[in-house]
Amino acid sequence: MFKRHPATRSTRSRTLLSAALAAVCLGAAGSATAVEFGQVQAEKSTLTFVSKQMGVAVDGKFRKFATTLAFDPAKPTQGSARLDLDMASIDAGSKDANDEVVGKAWFNVKEHPQASFVSTSVKALGGDRYEAAGKLTIKGKVQDVKAPFTFRQDGGNGIFDGYFTLKRLDFAIGDGAWSDTSAVANEVQIKFHVVAAARK
Amino acid sequence: MTPKRYTRTAIGLHWLMALLLIGTFGVGLYMTGLKLSPFKLKIYSWHKWAGVAAFLLVFLRLAWRAGHRPPPLVAGLPRWQEIAAHGLHHLLYLLMIAIPLSGWLMSSAKGFQTVWFGVLPLPDLLAKNAELGDLLQTVHVWLNYGFAALLAAHVAAALKHHVVDRDDTLTRMLPLLEKNR
Repeated sequence: MFKRHPATRSTRSRTLLSAALAAVCLGAAGSATAVEFGQVQAEKSTLTFVSKQMGVAVDGKFRKFATTLAFDPAKPTQGSARLDLDMASIDAGSKDANDEVVGKAWFNVKEHPQASFVSTSVKALGGDRYEAAGKLTIKGKVQDVKAPFTFRQDGGNGIFDGYFTLKRLDFAIGDGAWSDTSAVANEVQIKFHVVAAARK
Repeated sequence: MTPKRYTRTAIGLHWLMALLLIGTFGVGLYMTGLKLSPFKLKIYSWHKWAGVAAFLLVFLRLAWRAGHRPPPLVAGLPRWQEIAAHGLHHLLYLLMIAIPLSGWLMSSAKGFQTVWFGVLPLPDLLAKNAELGDLLQTVHVWLNYGFAALLAAHVAAALKHHVVDRDDTLTRMLPLLEKNR
């Protein structure tokens, strides 16, 4: 993202010092009040996506999905998450599209009413950035995905914001005539915003 | 001296507009009944792109017209015909602006931004609102029916002048016909 200007010697040592101090403080705070965020607030969480039709970004969302997660910013690698999507709750941007995407060529919701993401590992990327890796299952097809996300605390809530891009044809989403990616692009961006309170 | 004919540019713009509008209108009638498919997405996009082109072209035409006075109507017309001719031309211009504009607004309200030829995004002037989108669709359709009716009158009048009155009304805009008379 942003490249930092090379710090002068004095500011660098000051930065090091404050980082060390911060680490000590965080460590102390962490051991005293380790908080794990896990009580997901479904009504505050959203799962949206952006598809591209004829070069035009079209917003969509899932109205119903269940998230279970456990995340302690002091121990990110022990974090885990699972999302279960109710595929019939999709809103692809218009009534026409909604009628179409539940059908066989797209999500085949009759045979595959659910899609899921199950994390396999979480790692810290520095700052408030993390990355969850896991298995994404849509339409019965499984793919490995990596989703970078940010975590911040807002009062007693933890807020997770992240996105990843999937290739719809990897899951046979929109096959047959719809596999024409000049009409609907292969890449679909998935964005999640999950709010979870600290577990008491 | 007042010119007898329209300028070559005015003639070119008129017939280019005629082709573009009739084509876009026909595509519009045809496409709405299609089942959703990649072809439907493509033909909708082409309809919108043609509409944007027409929207730009009408301003180009008006700018040209502002700088180049059109030839006067043929001499000896009854007063009511002069008023009808000018009124009809004004209405046609008004609709040539209102129709693409209503299409643009309708696209915005329906949540599908217009991106000209997939490259140049037009700003969404309205936020997504399904009811407003449906209302604007109705407006767009009825403006088009109105335009089609006025166009029929425009063509009928031109033909009547050419065939019945045998005057220069049509040849001013279609000089090709001059030699055949």
